[in-house]
Amino acid sequence: MFIPHTDAEREEMLRTIGVKSLEDLFQDVPASLRFPKIDLPPALSEMEAIADLEDLSQGNETTRSLACFLGAGAYNHYIPAAVDTILRRGEFYTAYTPYQPEISQGTLQAIFEYQSLMAKLTGMDVCNASHYDGATAAAEAVVMAYHNFHGRRLKVILSPAVHPQFRAVIRTYTQGYENLTILGDSAGADPYQSPDALLPFIDDQTAIVFVQYPDFFGRIFDYSKLVEAAHGVGAMVAVVANPTALGLLKPPGEFGADVVVAEGQPLGIPLSFGGPYLGIFATRKEYVHRISGRLVGETVDTQGRRAYVLTLTAREQHIRRERATSNICTNQGLMALASTVYLSVVGKHGLRQVANLCYQNAHYAARRIAEIPGYTLCSDAPFFHEFAVCCPKPVEDINTHLLDHGILGGYDLSRDYPSLKNQMLIAVTEMNTREEIDALCEVLEEVSRE
Amino acid sequence: MNEPTIYELSSHGRRGVRFPEPEVPLSPLPEQFVREDLPLPELSEQDVVRHYTHLSQMNYSVDGGFYPLGSCTMKYNPKVNEEAARLPGFAFTHPLQPIETVQGNLALMYQLQEWLKEISGFDAISLQPAAGAQGEFTGVLIMRAYHRSRGDLKRNKILIPDSAHGTNPASSAMSGMQVISVPSDKRGNVDLEALQAACDDTLVGLMLTNPNTLGLFDEHLVEVIEIVHKAGGLVYGDGANLNALLGVTQPGKNGFDVMHFNLHKTFSTPHGGGGPGSGPVGVTAHLADFLPGPIVDIIEEGDSEMPPLYGFVMPAKTIGRVKAFHGHFGMHIRAFTYIAMHGAEGLRSVAEHAVLNANYLLARLRGTYTVPYDRICKHEFVVEGRWEDAPDVRALDIAKRLMDYNFHPPTNYFPLIVHEALMIEPTETENKQTIDAFADAMIKIAEEARRDPQLLKEAPHSAPVGRVDEVRAARDLVLCCRLPEEA
Repeated sequence: MFIPHTDAEREEMLRTIGVKSLEDLFQDVPASLRFPKIDLPPALSEMEAIADLEDLSQGNETTRSLACFLGAGAYNHYIPAAVDTILRRGEFYTAYTPYQPEISQGTLQAIFEYQSLMAKLTGMDVCNASHYDGATAAAEAVVMAYHNFHGRRLKVILSPAVHPQFRAVIRTYTQGYENLTILGDSAGADPYQSPDALLPFIDDQTAIVFVQYPDFFGRIFDYSKLVEAAHGVGAMVAVVANPTALGLLKPPGEFGADVVVAEGQPLGIPLSFGGPYLGIFATRKEYVHRISGRLVGETVDTQGRRAYVLTLTAREQHIRRERATSNICTNQGLMALASTVYLSVVGKHGLRQVANLCYQNAHYAARRIAEIPGYTLCSDAPFFHEFAVCCPKPVEDINTHLLDHGILGGYDLSRDYPSLKNQMLIAVTEMNTREEIDALCEVLEEVSRE
Repeated sequence: MNEPTIYELSSHGRRGVRFPEPEVPLSPLPEQFVREDLPLPELSEQDVVRHYTHLSQMNYSVDGGFYPLGSCTMKYNPKVNEEAARLPGFAFTHPLQPIETVQGNLALMYQLQEWLKEISGFDAISLQPAAGAQGEFTGVLIMRAYHRSRGDLKRNKILIPDSAHGTNPASSAMSGMQVISVPSDKRGNVDLEALQAACDDTLVGLMLTNPNTLGLFDEHLVEVIEIVHKAGGLVYGDGANLNALLGVTQPGKNGFDVMHFNLHKTFSTPHGGGGPGSGPVGVTAHLADFLPGPIVDIIEEGDSEMPPLYGFVMPAKTIGRVKAFHGHFGMHIRAFTYIAMHGAEGLRSVAEHAVLNANYLLARLRGTYTVPYDRICKHEFVVEGRWEDAPDVRALDIAKRLMDYNFHPPTNYFPLIVHEALMIEPTETENKQTIDAFADAMIKIAEEARRDPQLLKEAPHSAPVGRVDEVRAARDLVLCCRLPEEA
């Protein structure tokens, strides 16, 4: 417990206030509702609590105890020790949103650097101070597009190869926009269709077109034709990107994206069962007044020294209330810091190395798996570090078998795409050794023979 | 005291953390996709660690001092929370692992749901929302979905007291709702007549922060809720100020239909320089089917030999996912640890001492500062940062001068219904000596305001930088580091 009061201090404080007891401070709570019985286990000391937590944590298998080939939006990457060293500084993690710039320059400059690194990585002009995760960043992009056209363009075109949970969150966020229509990813759409299949949906009612790069199935496409078509009718284009892949691949800014959103977890953030992660949101200069969330800008102090401050706050909820660009209040500060330290400490060369290791390991794995009788790659498109495999048996059965051999198998695509039966999405990163990949292939072969 | 940017510290060809060479036969990347330039900085590991250490030293933090930021509940963040969240058994689990391999995580989430239900009096919880603002948005979507599921399509109006956080109206607008502001009465309560007048059959519900942002428990809470319910509306509780109510009263039993929690305020998960937060939502039974999901439930009951099997379920009429995966699990671990270390008595003691500290500090400042709504407060209170005999001094000047006394300023200019507001929330983890020192500084500043107002106008004098030019920041937008070649 963390209450420092001694009995004597408590008495003295109550006397100063002019009441007799702590209970007297709650007379405004209706008596019938006051001090109910709450049924919780007895309080634990710190050493008992951490022992209990340790026990609970051991009820899990982990990506350390298993060879992990699971991705689908969250990836097992190496996190350099320097990242958590900085994150554990109390000056960072026990501070709040930098409302008082004079005593928050550390957080402000770190966010400013985050904005810079992400703008460069995505090839865009500006990046905000972050969102909760990639999926909510994607939803905010749709909301931004809606307002950009003053609610007069009412079509959102979603590729079926955008992460299913991202598409779900976009639908949740826009359910209050009753006249908005989301097209392109209906149940009948072929998940593996080429991006050109979206062309017929695009017209002068289209607000924004959403694609993923590499897509949910790991594939890399050239989106320039789609971008040209969207821009031709004045629509915006948003690209969901994988930030690791951008160490090797042309950034979306180069092929005309208006918004780039990304799940920032691969950049130094632990898997941690799905969160907290990081929503990266970058866009072009012309949309800067429409961005949701916080922005840090450079300025000077009274003595002309360089300083940083939250800027363009007139867009935000605490000033604009119901006319704000979004309801978002905080950003994902500490996670943004993690990705900033990660990109700084691996640097230009290190990120290329990580991306290349992912690419090489994944291609080796894909080649080996395709050689096993009964297994084929579901697509022949170029891919980055993830690929779909058409398997001879239900994925769930194969994964049970893999687990018996200490392997965390890939994602069962039929969970989101009923038509993709027996298809497994396999992710390979720099963390997978050649030995692990060979072991995966061995067990896959064994399963197919049973 | 300027620190160069990470790009200014970069040196061409310098390497930080290295990775191994590939051990597999190489495959070429198709030429058309290859990136030419990757404009990231190049530094050594020490360069980076030193740089961010320097930056951290320019921050004020709870670990460094008193942070009485109203409505933010900047309590101490127990260090054991950080250990717990980093246990490898938690930190290295993938969100899509088969449920049989993550029973530890699911048991923790289930237990946290149960505990939050017990603490708040609600019947069902979703841990998914990522932060308070997202919890609010979730709550409004749930209210909207509830009315629509009953075929009641004309309801589109949300009532929000004028003392509310800005996120309330913003969340409502994002849900397609019309926002109507309800005034406060002279004692800081919701004005009952105005509320009654605004209630009709287009009402979705009321968003009520209780205690409100003045730190006051609404003296007509029961009547307020009754009026809204009579009109067919629902009552949303903004849980931002739950710290005052732990073990004191259960909103779910008081007539609130839905409420979000701020694990980063009430349950001690750190604020992280502005996130990650965590904003679980609780609802009464009639709204349980609308919760965002998936949420954790028992899939197979256990017995004396076997523990139950936990898994994920999607509520029947869910509003959908509000984020990918299952919420901020790392924050769930921290809040779980905190609750486990408090128990029921400990949590009630948290609320009691948060309220004790606030009332004690209020007592010490009363007389020096005007208290516009002066009665026993809950966990926070609001004073005016202005005096007739110091006409040039504003709340902002007091805030900045506090930095010279090594205190973080209170929230200023909020709530909007108080002139030159200073909103002060000491929290329960501060000792009497710290609160006295803060009160002494506030009283001294009040003297300085009369004697030497310039001292306040030019403050802070001892911070890493002086007051910053916000106008210039917004006019000459610079949102990215200049790269050396652009300079």
